[in-house]
Amino acid sequence: MDAATTSFPHPESAVRGLSAKRFFAVIGPCVLIFIVVLGLTPLVGDRGISLQGLTGSGAEHDILTIIRLPRMLFGALVGGALAVAGVLFQALLRNSLATPFTLGISSGSSLGAVLAIWLGMDVIFLGIPVISIFAFAGALITIALVFFIARSSGGLPTFTLLLAGVTLNFVFGALVLFFQYASNFAQTYSMTKWMMGSLNVVGYSPWVRTAPLAIISVVVVTILSPRLNLLAAGEDWATTRGIHVERLKTASYLIGSVLTGAVTAFSGPIGFVGLVVPHTLRMIAGPDHRILVPGSFFLGAAFLVLCDTAARTLLSPTEIPVGVITALLGGPFFIMLLKRKPGELW
Amino acid sequence: MTGDVRYEIRDLKFAYSRTPVLKGISAKIRAGDFIGIVGPNGAGKSTFLKVLAGLIRGYTGNVEFSGTAISKMGVRQLSRLVAFVPQETHLVFPFTVSQMVLMGRAPYRSAGPAGLFDSRFDLDRAERAMQMTDTLALANKTFTQLSGGEKQRVVLASALAQDPEVLLLDEPTVYLDLRHQIHFYDIVERLNAEKKTTVISVTHDVNLAARYAHRLLAFRDGTIHADGTPDTVLTPKHLYEIFEVSAAVLKRPDGRGNYIIPTS
Repeated sequence: MDAATTSFPHPESAVRGLSAKRFFAVIGPCVLIFIVVLGLTPLVGDRGISLQGLTGSGAEHDILTIIRLPRMLFGALVGGALAVAGVLFQALLRNSLATPFTLGISSGSSLGAVLAIWLGMDVIFLGIPVISIFAFAGALITIALVFFIARSSGGLPTFTLLLAGVTLNFVFGALVLFFQYASNFAQTYSMTKWMMGSLNVVGYSPWVRTAPLAIISVVVVTILSPRLNLLAAGEDWATTRGIHVERLKTASYLIGSVLTGAVTAFSGPIGFVGLVVPHTLRMIAGPDHRILVPGSFFLGAAFLVLCDTAARTLLSPTEIPVGVITALLGGPFFIMLLKRKPGELW
Repeated sequence: MTGDVRYEIRDLKFAYSRTPVLKGISAKIRAGDFIGIVGPNGAGKSTFLKVLAGLIRGYTGNVEFSGTAISKMGVRQLSRLVAFVPQETHLVFPFTVSQMVLMGRAPYRSAGPAGLFDSRFDLDRAERAMQMTDTLALANKTFTQLSGGEKQRVVLASALAQDPEVLLLDEPTVYLDLRHQIHFYDIVERLNAEKKTTVISVTHDVNLAARYAHRLLAFRDGTIHADGTPDTVLTPKHLYEIFEVSAAVLKRPDGRGNYIIPTS
């Protein structure tokens, strides 16, 4: 039963693995959606962009390059990063309801931002808004606290991790409420607005600051993705198949958290992307992380850019908080997916 | 003849927090053997198996595999030599049977981008493992939708895809009906006979152990109470000492060893 029976001609094997062909058959459409959404949405708005606007140098051109493109690029980055972080946390906690904010990062960032607003530090330092610096610091402190609370004897038990994250979420949430209570009306408004999340950034600076980190993270997570499959199937399952589980969990936690903290520092917490995008892709293409990770990045980017386009145009010139749109658009779509009969795609 | 020895365990001790579970275990396990580990609940059988599988680290004493301490091996190196089948496998995510079996190839997968796809060779090894376990027909089904017996055979296939020298089974048939118990162990017996895979299986069922194992280790209270062929280990005297039940030992009509009937 050796070389002779396994050699060519090999009939189509019953075992269905992931070939490059199958990989691109799924990732290809994701990239296509990504390109179409990013190509078309900057042209949509209360002021249309003509062909002249694309090439010329008039007001339309300025709207496109100074306002809409940076906002779209940043939105794509935030959406992609949050979706990938969602995939990571779901594998790490073996729970498809986990989100990038389950372990307390949103309340840590919010506490940082609220503190900055309360201190009246609504200024720019070295080209970065101080609020964002505070928000990122808040996220990093949360990450470190959760990590050291949950860490025990060289391990990172999932249950303790979840408990530490959820507890800190409440503690920081209470502190956020306290600072809101101790602030004046204008400050409270800024705080609430920040915590709703927004992609209304000025210029390319937020994008430039977060893109390298986000793109490196996504590449690293894609390389880790075969191992995430084993982790998602179980810790003993992974260990007995040669995966250094504690190392993988620590890496997943830190990468997912820093990624989330970095984009949230500029956008504020935007919910639902990290839940709905990985889940949708999982229902269509299965739970293989080698597809989920890169696929979620492209679909997450497209989804958030689409939502943001709706946010800035539906009630134009008033803007709807983009988090409201992600939930209003994502929720019903998600329920539709849940209710579809098994076997049919839609 | 150390080349023939797979595991050599010397004075193995282990405690969960402060409760000692293994209190000085010593044993040699030879290549090609089929070992049954029997004993009452809490005797340390599963803990012992988990030490051998590399799932428990903080023990004292020595556990060597083919002359190398397993504490000095990485998990990856160990997983190419030893595969583990637990009582049950619960999945949150709907992996297919193919995906589950192919994960058994992880010990051989390149850590870089090249390991992103399943190679022709990996697919062949997975297919072979599925043929041996009668699971090829399930290849495209979702693991979570299988019956208990099918699940355990798929997990066994995933373990075989690791091309292990030793197969560790932790009460693999405890939740299976009679037919599936026998089906599972018949496959394991064939592997042991044809591929010379060493098998170490924990089981509560002394009759299963008597039927399939060549050598039994009877655990009691963290130590090995009796060690030998099923006939010498499963005597009324030992059974009383180990399980605290009176039992009659009868000859199987098919001549395959004895069977045990508890009488108290």
